[in-house]
Amino acid sequence: MVSIWFFIGISLAVNGGLILAAGIYQLLYPPVNPGVVLFHLHANIWWGAVLMAFGLIYCFKFAPRRQS
Amino acid sequence: MTSLLANAVPTRLVHLSSVDVVIVVFYFALVLSIGWYLKGRANTGEDFFMAGREMTAWVAGLSFLSANLGALELMGWAGSAYQYGILATHWYWIGAIPAMLFLALVMMPFYYISKTHSVPGYLKLRFGEPSRALSAVSFAFMTVLMSGVNMFAMAKVMQIVLGWDINFSIWVSSLTVAIYVTLGGLRSAIFNEVLQFFLIWAGALLIPILGLYEAGGWTNLKLQIAHRASEQYVHLWAGLGSFSNNPMGINWAGIVFGLGAVISMGYWTTDFLVVQRLLAAKDLRSAEMAPIIGAGFKMMVPFIVILPGLLGLAVLPEKLVPESVAAVTGGHSYNDVLPLMLARYCGPGLLGLGVTALIAGFMSGMAGNVSAFTTVWTYDIYRPLINSKGSDHHYVNMGRWTTIIGVLISVGTAYLVMQFASIMDYVQALFSFFIAPLFGTVVLGMLWKRATGAGGFWGLLCGTLSSISMWAWVKVDPSALRYVALSPHAKALAQDMYQALWSFVVCVLVTVTVSLATKPIPDGELTGLVYGLTEVPSVGDVPLYEKPLFWAAVVTVIFFVLNIIFW
Repeated sequence: MVSIWFFIGISLAVNGGLILAAGIYQLLYPPVNPGVVLFHLHANIWWGAVLMAFGLIYCFKFAPRRQS
Repeated sequence: MTSLLANAVPTRLVHLSSVDVVIVVFYFALVLSIGWYLKGRANTGEDFFMAGREMTAWVAGLSFLSANLGALELMGWAGSAYQYGILATHWYWIGAIPAMLFLALVMMPFYYISKTHSVPGYLKLRFGEPSRALSAVSFAFMTVLMSGVNMFAMAKVMQIVLGWDINFSIWVSSLTVAIYVTLGGLRSAIFNEVLQFFLIWAGALLIPILGLYEAGGWTNLKLQIAHRASEQYVHLWAGLGSFSNNPMGINWAGIVFGLGAVISMGYWTTDFLVVQRLLAAKDLRSAEMAPIIGAGFKMMVPFIVILPGLLGLAVLPEKLVPESVAAVTGGHSYNDVLPLMLARYCGPGLLGLGVTALIAGFMSGMAGNVSAFTTVWTYDIYRPLINSKGSDHHYVNMGRWTTIIGVLISVGTAYLVMQFASIMDYVQALFSFFIAPLFGTVVLGMLWKRATGAGGFWGLLCGTLSSISMWAWVKVDPSALRYVALSPHAKALAQDMYQALWSFVVCVLVTVTVSLATKPIPDGELTGLVYGLTEVPSVGDVPLYEKPLFWAAVVTVIFFVLNIIFW
């Protein structure tokens, strides 16, 4: 059976990837009105990267092929 | 919070970008995929109702915690932190940790060894059919109603936060839950609860991190709160010497004995919604470790719930008000503080993740209610009282149909609440009536072999009736609160604590009195059910760091250190 941690990995990797991509887009094309405070910290870039990294580690470690 | 939400003026707190919508849609696709994948692994009763009893300590522990980590809970307690300050943390620390450790070390062996399917099932083994019937019927009735109340509250929150149509939210969430629980049973509910746990941390952890950065650290945050509200807002115990010295209007005795010793014990050790996750553990050591793991993470939850509320006090430019005032003025209420902080710091993508975490919290809470209802209905009502001769396959089918029917009743309740908002108050009050007396009955059953079937039944019934009587007394005459809570300065929260405490005392007194007046149950019939007559299996020859007792000691030390730091 596929491990629950593999599904967690997929969720974190996909969400992290989407957030990272949105952050990079905002870095390349900064909005006139960011709408959030502390925009200069670009939280979506580093937080997205952290989530994606954790997700990929989980996906690799609990991949169905490795588990079997 | 929920009843006031019903009257709230719909305003839109946040706007989702396209990437946010993709993240929300991906969540729905993932949970349905998990349900579809697990459908082939829910063919027997043990699989469908007990997840095959093969969950590891980590999965059972995170699921156990997540069953209580719903979105209403997160938003409500963040709002309470804004309103009452750090005092709200008591519901996460003394109001949870001792009970979770007690469950792990004292009660879990009996639940697990008896191989019961449910808490009412344990009452049947220990006290007989009448106690089980009373407990099962009240639990099933209340659970499905609570599910409907939560469903309506979710739809209302989605309307306020995102501007979504109420009917859309109710039907999309309920159909999704119905599909994945019907397909995968408890295992599907547990998988999605663990997923929700990660989404909540991933979606909410940035708020305190960025908030503390903006506020200039914890010391500066305390100074700002003292300036804008009161110094009492950052002390856990210092203001609890009397009812009038703190914003909650409660004293230390109510917190320690009412919340810590009765309400939290009742909720965490006998509410089948949370205990069911532990019964799915693969062995006794996992079943004991699971609540200890849950307790470890529970201690950290104030970081993503209470701290955002406190940060809101310091950094939000506007002053938040009670729901009743917000409904009239169109301003933001205390309960909006978490979405407001989310919108303050989270741009595209992060906002979608935060909103997904809220939706996941609502849906997994609903799934938890439905899966618990299904098990209690099938094993504790339908099988013993209606059809005791069905095959295992028949009961699994009954479970699937009950899931669908339970969801439909919840939807009906949600629409009923939409028409009559005051129903929510009554449903929530009704639920609280059973918790404290049930704890008294179960704990006496486990620890005192002299407790008899009649004692258990009458103790449970009288404790519940006393709770209802006190609630009705204060409802009819609000000044009666001074007698229930022992102080003219007591406020509404104090009533909950003392009402639970007295109903527990009544339950224990009646159980003891009736038991001593009735014929004892022979020791042979109590083996595996009562302390002193049961040989609790050893966790095995494992290293110290794998023993539940060791980790319970670690959690206890951290618990005391945290309370002293924030005294």
